Amino acid sequence: MEDSVTDLQHWIDKNTYHHSQFWDIKKLVETKEKHGLTISLCLPTLNEEKTIGKEIILFKSELVNRYPLLDEIAVIDSGSEDKTLEVAKTYGADTYLSADILPDLEPKMGKGENLWKAIHQLKGDIIVYVDADISNIHPRFVYGLVAPLIYREEVKYVKAFYDRPLAVSGGVRNSGGGRVTEILVRPLFSLFFPELTTIVQPLSGEYAVRREVLEQIAFPIGYGVETSHLIDVHNKFGLEAFAQTDLDKRVHENKPTISLGKMSFGILQTFLKRAQALGKFENVDHETILRQFQVTKSQYQQNEISIVEEERPPMIEIEEYRKKFGR
Amino acid sequence: MSLQSVIGSLDELQEQLTQFREILLANLVMIGEIPAPTSGEEKRIEFLLNRFKEAGLSENSIDDGGNGIGVFEGEEGKKSILLNAHADTVFSAKSDHTMQVSAGSIIGPGVADNSLGLAVLATIPYILQELDIKLKNDLVLLGGVKSLGRGDLEGIRFFLDNNDFEIKNALCIEGVELGRLSYTSIGMLRGEITCRVPEKYDWSRFGDASAILTLNEVINKINDIRLPKRPRTSVVMGSISGGSSFDTIAREATLGFEVRSEAENVVDDVGKIIQDIAKEVASKTGDEVELDIFARRRPGGIPYAHPMNECARSIMNKLEIEPRLAPSTSELAALIDKNIPALTLGITSGDKIHKMDESVQIAPIYKGLAQIIGILIATDGGFCD
Repeated sequence: MEDSVTDLQHWIDKNTYHHSQFWDIKKLVETKEKHGLTISLCLPTLNEEKTIGKEIILFKSELVNRYPLLDEIAVIDSGSEDKTLEVAKTYGADTYLSADILPDLEPKMGKGENLWKAIHQLKGDIIVYVDADISNIHPRFVYGLVAPLIYREEVKYVKAFYDRPLAVSGGVRNSGGGRVTEILVRPLFSLFFPELTTIVQPLSGEYAVRREVLEQIAFPIGYGVETSHLIDVHNKFGLEAFAQTDLDKRVHENKPTISLGKMSFGILQTFLKRAQALGKFENVDHETILRQFQVTKSQYQQNEISIVEEERPPMIEIEEYRKKFGR
Repeated sequence: MSLQSVIGSLDELQEQLTQFREILLANLVMIGEIPAPTSGEEKRIEFLLNRFKEAGLSENSIDDGGNGIGVFEGEEGKKSILLNAHADTVFSAKSDHTMQVSAGSIIGPGVADNSLGLAVLATIPYILQELDIKLKNDLVLLGGVKSLGRGDLEGIRFFLDNNDFEIKNALCIEGVELGRLSYTSIGMLRGEITCRVPEKYDWSRFGDASAILTLNEVINKINDIRLPKRPRTSVVMGSISGGSSFDTIAREATLGFEVRSEAENVVDDVGKIIQDIAKEVASKTGDEVELDIFARRRPGGIPYAHPMNECARSIMNKLEIEPRLAPSTSELAALIDKNIPALTLGITSGDKIHKMDESVQIAPIYKGLAQIIGILIATDGGFCD
């Protein structure tokens, strides 16, 4: 156990980046061109007229016109009723209705559907997915994610996380994901897939992935897509296929707890299906260490908490009790 | 090249400028999302300097006054043309500075005044390079700090007092309003009057004590000042604040005002009257009435028939921009004080200025930009001297 924990910390140290490490976009573009890679940006949308224009302008200006890092910017829409597509077209993104891609298949509604269809529609060797509801959008949301793929051939899947506390009192602080991550996904991963606890924010909606990986994994259409990706990529390619980048703060609308319930329900379905298929429930003795994150200055460390849920038997089985009450 | 050839090329220029939409708007969004209250502009200036560096400007630095400066070198480079935009906005750093981009406009605090002006300044070197526009004179790009309100043009004044450039002309750019053509500064005095109920107030005088009532007295008296029709003079009572709740006597109330006049002596005279009003009201009410005058402008500028002015009007006419002639109390005043022929120009149309949902229209920006670059080329060619 000790060994594997050491390995996990080693993995975190080796594969966890901060976007500022990749500030030199010129160098990034040169390396991309040297390797002959093409990169597509996919923005899945559903009624995002307030934020989509800004995302496209920034990415197009900084990562197409100034530095040709992106070869394609595409919006894949689930059928917005607002002006999402009009705004996206105005600023020069390629726009697609999800239902028009692979039209012979019965259309399904959900973000996962758009992400999946992007593999068929977009041309890039790497596809970077960025949610369209980010109000503090910045080019780092793309270059921070594609950089590990460009610089390191063995990396196949780069996940975003966001960690910029507004006020730090110094020393060690807790870090990690949102409510669903900390309450549901992290405990589940700690129990059944301890290696995946190294991913700081398993549910973040921004990631960059090589086509060769995307074409080999299934896509849940709804809330479970991020969780299933992690489990499937881990199963097929191992932990070494992953890297993660801290993109600082991400500003978006917070969801009410009731929506998080729906999200958790979807994730749980995806999780159970995969855990069962991988035989995870056959092993009666599962892990008893919960792995959370803490940060010391800029180093991410796993915080291991041993939680053994011991139990007492029904009182009727205790001899003294039976004697006392004549049972 | 002649002024006529510059004017003749404007339509094509306007068309060419549309290719810079993403770069300009991305600069606008990124600049707009960096808060820059007066005296807190450092991060915007840093952004501006990064843009100047990326464009490969030979000189780019932050002066001791905190201004961001970049130099687009001219082929002769003996004299310079100054292009200035103030970097500060009226919004506090705590305001949500998120910019929203719709199909036709950009919305967000400070987007018009003056994030757009600064974004144009950041983008101009890139545009000139891409369009292969060469200038004879050096073009000095100045992102000026501490311009608004109590800043009182401190940034540009510092630059003008301490730079080594031989500035022959200057253009000040403001986000709005397209058509604005300012070439004179009016005399101005800007201040605040603060009324305070003294700490040792006799609270037995229940009900008749309030800093707001005292300030009301001051306002009435200022309103009664007889202002001359010639030279044109006005007192702008621009802001008022005071008190804390419905049921508490206001202990403090403040009026922000400006006296404006075409004649300097009238500004001084009205200033003295306001000083007397403050003293009079203080002695009558027993409250403290403090007058703080923190900014002044001298009237001046170039005449209507000045070649720079005529040249600007010709260019605006060709671009079908209706010139709106209005005096200014902004950076133009600092340039006038240094006898530098200068104009203030607007870039596009906007709405809800100084509100959180301040907005600018995107479509007219190209016209506004063509106007600025046209006047710049004409000035550089010596057609405005």
